[in-house]
Amino acid sequence: MDAALLIDFGSTYTKLTAVDLENEEILATAKDLTTVQTDIMIGFENAFEKLKEKINLNKVNFVEKLACSSAAGGLKMVAIGLVPELTAEAAKRAALGAGARILDVYSFELTNFEIEEIIDKKPDIILLAGGTDGGNKDCIIHNAKLIAKYIKNVPIVVAGNKNAQDEISDIFNKYNIYYKITENVMPKLNQINVEPARKVIREIFMEKIVEAKGMKRAEKFINGILMPTPAAVLKAAKILADGTDKEEGIGELIVVDIGGATTDVHSIASGEPSKAGVTLKGLPEPYAKRTVEGDLGMRVSAVSLLETAGIKRISKFIPNSKYDIEERCKFLQSNISFVPKNEEDLEFDESLGMVATEIVMERHVGTIECLYTPLGTIYSQVGKDLLNVKYLIGTGGVIVHSKNPKKILSTGKFNPAFPNYLKPVNPEILVDREYILSAMGLLAEKYPDKALRIIKKYIVRV
Amino acid sequence: MQKTVVLGVIGADCHAVGNKILERALSEAGFNVVNIGVMCSQEEFINATIETNADAILVSSLYGHGEIDCRGLREKCDEAGLKNILLYIGGNLVVGKQDWSDVEKRFKGMGFNRVYPPGTSPEIGIRDLKRDLGIED
Repeated sequence: MDAALLIDFGSTYTKLTAVDLENEEILATAKDLTTVQTDIMIGFENAFEKLKEKINLNKVNFVEKLACSSAAGGLKMVAIGLVPELTAEAAKRAALGAGARILDVYSFELTNFEIEEIIDKKPDIILLAGGTDGGNKDCIIHNAKLIAKYIKNVPIVVAGNKNAQDEISDIFNKYNIYYKITENVMPKLNQINVEPARKVIREIFMEKIVEAKGMKRAEKFINGILMPTPAAVLKAAKILADGTDKEEGIGELIVVDIGGATTDVHSIASGEPSKAGVTLKGLPEPYAKRTVEGDLGMRVSAVSLLETAGIKRISKFIPNSKYDIEERCKFLQSNISFVPKNEEDLEFDESLGMVATEIVMERHVGTIECLYTPLGTIYSQVGKDLLNVKYLIGTGGVIVHSKNPKKILSTGKFNPAFPNYLKPVNPEILVDREYILSAMGLLAEKYPDKALRIIKKYIVRV
Repeated sequence: MQKTVVLGVIGADCHAVGNKILERALSEAGFNVVNIGVMCSQEEFINATIETNADAILVSSLYGHGEIDCRGLREKCDEAGLKNILLYIGGNLVVGKQDWSDVEKRFKGMGFNRVYPPGTSPEIGIRDLKRDLGIED
């Protein structure tokens, strides 16, 4: 039987998914702790041993072995632009869509102090933007010069003013900087163009970052580490929404991925105003939009989740817990591989999941503001209107293990008490029960139709 | 070298027709027009000018509140490093029947290089713009 082995080298766990390519079925999944500090293949082998117990390897022929990774801190990036609300914001969105963790965003001309700060943050890639095509080039050239002079060994993606490209090439060549030039993230004012930059970031990820993170050894056993894990989830979400050449998609959707360290949201939706008489403000948002919240997570970020939400907001979801909320969050943060053992553990995790979902959706969706003007009342919308999105899909440990994932995800729905957040009003709630979304994003690279049919089969209504 | 201008309607004003006419006239006259549309704040004009390296900011105001909306724009431009950028304004700048020379004086006092009364044809503004930017006809 021809099968595919899909591997996710996660920050905590290395997860394996074996897929029967002929019958389009999941054969088995298995996981073990990621071992990037010593040798990433140890964790892989451990997980593979567990997988072997579930399937008969004599009958299975792995014709594809594809991997994604968020191990060793994931893909860490710094984005640089000119005006904070314009090219700097566009650069940030391009990096997020490529699956990166944004360490910081800088705007205007960099200072020596900021250069030192960037060096201290140790980014894997720097995305350098600034100026529309034909617009300002002084700023991006100034920044390129400073980077060339002081920052060594960090690959640079240049996605700024087209008219500054030649000069920037000269500067980087002179200083032997590894760089790639691509299309501007904002070729015209208020027009974003994030895909070319995303593509180049991924190329550099495969060429350079995998090796730098000590994962080159893994590449000998598998066909390649193709992308950061969040990029694989975004890819799966996009294919599920839009379909392929042969297979229909299910339409606009949102994926909430609640992890141990971060909580991600991917929305595949145009986000146009759904009501008449609303003016759009600010930079248009990408159709496939990813946001990531580093302060919201179930384990590594449990304490920062508490700090963000506050005790009241958590206890609203778990009024009669025997646990002291503060103590419990501290415990979870220092025991990152803790798995709930009883009802109470599970309930507490669920309440954290509910708070995380509520906050993460508030940050992802657009907001509407009522302005009282001499011309009467005007509604202005910033960000995406997701009121009418049909599907809200949950993934991540707490969702997968919960008996009541609907309860957790429902906090991501529109709340009449806070009508300015344009969250989906009545979405159908779906769950990634087998935890396959990132694996299917990988499979979709080579077998988009198969991947889509498997996702449709395994994402369940609750 | 083609000159770039930022064009928009300031404040809570959503009059879009004149804005489209001006965009067309300016483009035909050979300008690269960055039209930021209606209901624009001062910051949006300034951000667009920085990012596109524009040579002039052309402000429209049709609903009579132009004076309030434009206060401090020149100072903010200075603050943002847009020293001596050309600032034009035109439209129904004030409410009621006021003496034009007085209105013009007030807007020039706020730092606008040129101020146009209602009903000015685009050609006049374009002619002035070419002159101020040193473009040969």
